[in-house]
Amino acid sequence: MPAPIRLRELIRTIRTARTQAEEREMIQKECAAIRSSFREEDNTYRCRNVAKLLYMHMLGYPAHFGQLECLKLIASQKFTDKRIGYLGAMLLLDERQDVHLLMTNCIKNDLNHSTQYVQGLALCTLGCMGSSEMCRDLAGEVEKLLKTSNSYLRKKAALCAVHVIRKVPELMEMFLPATKNLLSEKNHGVLHTSVVLLTEMCERSPDMLLHFRKLVPQLVRILKNLIMSGYSPEHDVSGISDPFLQVRILRLLRILGRSDDDSSEAMNDILAQVATNTETSKNVGNAILYETVLTIMDIKSESGLRVLAINILGRFLLNNDKNIRYVALTSLLKTVQTDHNAVQRHRSTIVDCLKDLDVSIKRRAMELSFALVNGNNIRGMMKELLYFLDSCDPEFKADCASGVFLAAEKYAPSKRWHIDTIMRVLTTAGSYVRDDSVPNLIQLITNSVEMHAYTVQRLYKALLDDISQQPLVQVSSWCIGEYGDLLVSGQCEEEEPIQVTEDEVLDVLEGLLVSNLSTPVTRGYSLTAIMKLSTRFSSVNRIKKVVSIYGSICLQMYSYSLQALFCRNDWCFSLSRKWTYLILFLSEAIPPMTAYSKNGLKIEFTFERANPNPNIAVITIHATNTTEADMTEFVFQAAVPKTFQLQLLSPSSNIVPALNQGSVTQVIRVLNPQKLTYTHKGSPIQDLAEVNNFPPQSWQ
Amino acid sequence: MQFMLLFSRQGKLRLQKWYVPLSDKEKKKITRELVQTVLARKPKMCSFLEWRDLKVVYKRYASLYFCCAIENQDNELITLEIIHRYVELLDKYFGSVCELDIIFNFEKAYFILDEFLLGGEAQDTSKKNVLKAIEQADLLQECRREPPLTVCFLSAQLTTEKPL
Repeated sequence: MPAPIRLRELIRTIRTARTQAEEREMIQKECAAIRSSFREEDNTYRCRNVAKLLYMHMLGYPAHFGQLECLKLIASQKFTDKRIGYLGAMLLLDERQDVHLLMTNCIKNDLNHSTQYVQGLALCTLGCMGSSEMCRDLAGEVEKLLKTSNSYLRKKAALCAVHVIRKVPELMEMFLPATKNLLSEKNHGVLHTSVVLLTEMCERSPDMLLHFRKLVPQLVRILKNLIMSGYSPEHDVSGISDPFLQVRILRLLRILGRSDDDSSEAMNDILAQVATNTETSKNVGNAILYETVLTIMDIKSESGLRVLAINILGRFLLNNDKNIRYVALTSLLKTVQTDHNAVQRHRSTIVDCLKDLDVSIKRRAMELSFALVNGNNIRGMMKELLYFLDSCDPEFKADCASGVFLAAEKYAPSKRWHIDTIMRVLTTAGSYVRDDSVPNLIQLITNSVEMHAYTVQRLYKALLDDISQQPLVQVSSWCIGEYGDLLVSGQCEEEEPIQVTEDEVLDVLEGLLVSNLSTPVTRGYSLTAIMKLSTRFSSVNRIKKVVSIYGSICLQMYSYSLQALFCRNDWCFSLSRKWTYLILFLSEAIPPMTAYSKNGLKIEFTFERANPNPNIAVITIHATNTTEADMTEFVFQAAVPKTFQLQLLSPSSNIVPALNQGSVTQVIRVLNPQKLTYTHKGSPIQDLAEVNNFPPQSWQ
Repeated sequence: MQFMLLFSRQGKLRLQKWYVPLSDKEKKKITRELVQTVLARKPKMCSFLEWRDLKVVYKRYASLYFCCAIENQDNELITLEIIHRYVELLDKYFGSVCELDIIFNFEKAYFILDEFLLGGEAQDTSKKNVLKAIEQADLLQECRREPPLTVCFLSAQLTTEKPL
């Protein structure tokens, strides 16, 4: 039997494949060979075969049949076998499979092995992928190794203990004694991993936190030594002594100093020292400063120290390195609420970051800018933010627009400024504005009584320029419907009044009705506006003509959507606000309409105006039945929106006779007791689940 | 650290180290999506991005991307240093490391990583110590010479070990 192909040879071969299919073929061939080799329990080449399997696994091919082989390798006495075996276990096994438990015994033996590198393999594997059961079984061994004087093992045991604690938090207590003199170690590896272990314990348990608070002076001393000591080649990174350890100590200090005045005071000096003395020319120094700032901001530091921290972040913002700018913005965002004034001092730098090329930096700068807006800087800030809105990527526009609206609402220096700002947003980013902005803006405009003439004029002019941005068109339509009389009267205090006739206004609104750019919702707004103008304009005939043409079309569309409402025996339908409005407006002008036709039942509506009251529309429903059986217990109900009144007269009968031999008729009278005004106050009152079936493009 | 991925500019995975338990399917999905996201980044962008609920730190060295997913309380800037330290270790070990070294000696890349990080945290902050440990472990594997006195003899070295 020839020896199985060597690992590097296989890699070389696979890389010559020119297509995916070719590669797959090679892999399958090799897998078959490996499988048969496994079946033969070949000890000599098992290691090689598993290694090859791991390579193929990395390429994305299944390798689960090698799992047990990994276990056999781990159990072997050869170091090479163990090395590959443990690697295979970490790559192919996970704690979900029962098979991984078979490792437990091997790991236990290897934790007690006479060779530290074997012990190291076991600690590493356990600390990387040990399940809770394994951790429970082996915690004692790890604890033992945590107390050894062998620093190679001790450092690994510490990190392994971290993993054990994460998996089985109740076991934390048992590691407490071993932590006693961890910090007295000289070995940096042990120090680093010990600090990580202590951090984990303090984060998880308030009792541990209290217990370890007494370590603060010792941690401060270690940190001081690192900074003050001379050049140490072994741990030097760009002139800084063991930055990894410094960062971890700073993080532990943060946790220990949080909400404790004494500890915070004890670390005050060292934090100031690190903050002022750390070399900032390279990333490594800035990494330490960053951690220092986070610690200062989180503990109970004195105000001078906090200002120092914010200023560091301010300097970070000016750094050429975009990574540094990014972490500065992230950190400032976290502190802007608590240290608002200090952050305000860096406002102009933050605003400059809006022009950064990096998307993440831009986003943070935008969020931070909005957080910094107040009554004093609103004009200047809004100028910058509106400029940003003009030029930013589409992914930002919605959030930016919302932010501008919110800020304007809170801090607008004048109503005119407010309206102008809204106009600016609608015209530059109108398609990105959120749907709920439209009713909110309408409310705002309603409340700014003295600005009505100015607002309607500006919105009208905006429509002349561009009818593609739906929120803008909707708000403008509504406004014209409401204040059209002011528009044609040529009165405007805020700016030069424009001269526009009723016909011109109606031309614009009608244009919206026919335009392909208008959505059904927009069409609804413009049709409603036209209807409202019938009470404000004198060209009532023109309006009636327009409404009857478009209104009938819309009613017809609506009737199809009514079909969704009917369920078995309960014929209930609801009139939406716009539909009711339209019926009242058009009344007898509406042709008969089939509201429902399904399973043999047909329901038709006919319309007429009541005499003498023109504000009442009369709808007569006619129900007929083409099936062979009578439809009994036929009950018809209706509902209208709040401001309208509904009267349901008695039906002619409760039985719809079969085969069109008769019909049930019922009269519904709808009254609008008020003048035809309009407000957006949500949807009609319904108890019916079916209302949700209305397709989105129907009239609501 | 939750995981570290090494991949080429064409998106081919060269190393994957997971410190959280996930199914093979989930790992594949995460890898695919994250690789796509990182490769789509323009050169002028910073080395950090938010992805799902994690922070991702990545850096390109020649033709290889080194990509780590860290937790919210981890320090992004020091993670860049961790990545750099790993690259330095590889460089020292292989002598001017390139992607091909990682491809043909992937198991060694893992051994070095596992000697540097454990459970996602650095075990030793001294470059020298990590390299020394690897060297010693390699010697054990070779068993052509006697292991140094600090290491006890392995029994059963009588059978001939086959190189991979």
